[in-house]
Amino acid sequence: MAIDYTRATRYFLLADFINGFRLGFKYFFAPKATINYPHEKGPLSPRFRGEHALRRYPNGEERCIACKLCEAICPAQAITIDAEPREDGSRRTTRYDIDMTKCIYCGFCQEACPVDAIVEGPNFEFSTETREELFYDKAKLLENGEQWEAEIARNLELDAPYR
Amino acid sequence: MVEFFTTTNLGIALLVLGQCLLLVVPLLVALAFLMYADRKVWAAVQMRKGPNVVGAFGLLQSFADFIKYIVKEVVIPAGSDKVVFLLAPMISFVLAMIAWAVVPFNDGWVISDLNVAILYILAISSLEVYGVIMGGWASNSKYAFLGSLRSAAQMISYEVSIGLIIIGVILSTGSLNLSDIVQAQEGRYGLFSWYWLPHLPMVVLFFVSALAETNRPPFDLPEAESELVAGYQVEYSATPFLLFMIGELTAVVLMCALTTLLFFGGWLSPVPGLPDGFLWMVGKMTLVFFMFAMVKAIVPRYRYDQLMRLGWKVFLPMSLIWVVLVAFAAHFELFGGAYARWAIGG
Repeated sequence: MAIDYTRATRYFLLADFINGFRLGFKYFFAPKATINYPHEKGPLSPRFRGEHALRRYPNGEERCIACKLCEAICPAQAITIDAEPREDGSRRTTRYDIDMTKCIYCGFCQEACPVDAIVEGPNFEFSTETREELFYDKAKLLENGEQWEAEIARNLELDAPYR
Repeated sequence: MVEFFTTTNLGIALLVLGQCLLLVVPLLVALAFLMYADRKVWAAVQMRKGPNVVGAFGLLQSFADFIKYIVKEVVIPAGSDKVVFLLAPMISFVLAMIAWAVVPFNDGWVISDLNVAILYILAISSLEVYGVIMGGWASNSKYAFLGSLRSAAQMISYEVSIGLIIIGVILSTGSLNLSDIVQAQEGRYGLFSWYWLPHLPMVVLFFVSALAETNRPPFDLPEAESELVAGYQVEYSATPFLLFMIGELTAVVLMCALTTLLFFGGWLSPVPGLPDGFLWMVGKMTLVFFMFAMVKAIVPRYRYDQLMRLGWKVFLPMSLIWVVLVAFAAHFELFGGAYARWAIGG
């Protein structure tokens, strides 16, 4: 069997290790990829699908018209809606619950919504200490809408050309 | 007062105790920062930041870990042999610590100036395998057992070549005393008088064997996370685990000290004219430890058969041949006595 002298020389001169060391040393001083998470945050796409929110029109009227398309399309069956006519005759929800422990954040509900009422906002930091706190009701969702409206509106506007 | 410490039994005992504390306390503090340095180097090569939350730049991370290990509950598996299970980490820790008794940090800065210091260190580091085996066996778990078996085979294999490499150095020095070995490396040419130059191939072999001997990556098969979970430590928690970890790291630092003493002139200054001293020793040890940390970051883990092949088929023949060559060169005082420092009065 012939000896591959080039390979043998490389082996005994530790060529691979020296190369590896040089490469490792180069990255030793390279800028770090780490993000100090609670203090620094990475950028989010306008399409990011985070915590749900129910939006209102600028005049304060609820957008949701209780069409139940979101409930119908939800693949995880996380949404429960009850509806009846309001005193002024318009059709509104009396109950709008999302079980956030079931939700798979697919975004079908916001795609299905004809009036952009239910949306998934940019917030992903909504962990809770109990399971029950993750069973969102209508009040909680409307409150989210108020809290995140500015960012949601901006994201919708940014994403509009691509829809 | 001086007489009390040099003549009476109690005085001598107190003196030695004081010396031990003077060594062990700074050593343990240094270990905490070396652990941190190890993680930081590893992180830097992988473009991560590493620990940076506890204290400035995360410097106190090791102390936070220490408190955690002390405060947590010690879980002892129901099927384990409880006495051996708890004895193993203690043995590991104590053996790693007592080896330092013969390590000189400066001219005369040594607890026990033993004339067979090298032999003593070899004996102690061979015993260290007991801690691992006992831990693995007493855990009564197959992962721990497999890990300890691997560790035993690995440590024994590489001790052979480490011993042979050290014999080369001993032949050149004519002494087993570590202080004598360092003094034999003193010469006109500063760092070129040290043993790393005449014993160059053996420096690499010694370094790699030291990695294998201390179960450091790339030879960390006994605790290969991806296959054995954590090897022989898998059933250990809290303080016993901490003892294992400190023992392991102490062995690593001991190997750094040994590399420095045997090949890089211990406390001798690399430039002729500059004063020798303790700081050179510590500086060189840190540099060797940096190499240990870098190797961990850049070399992938060896397979077990590769490890054994390297130990028995490459290192053993090479170091054996080297011993014969050195013996020859030393006997006939070749190369201006580079291999026979005792003859030229180095």
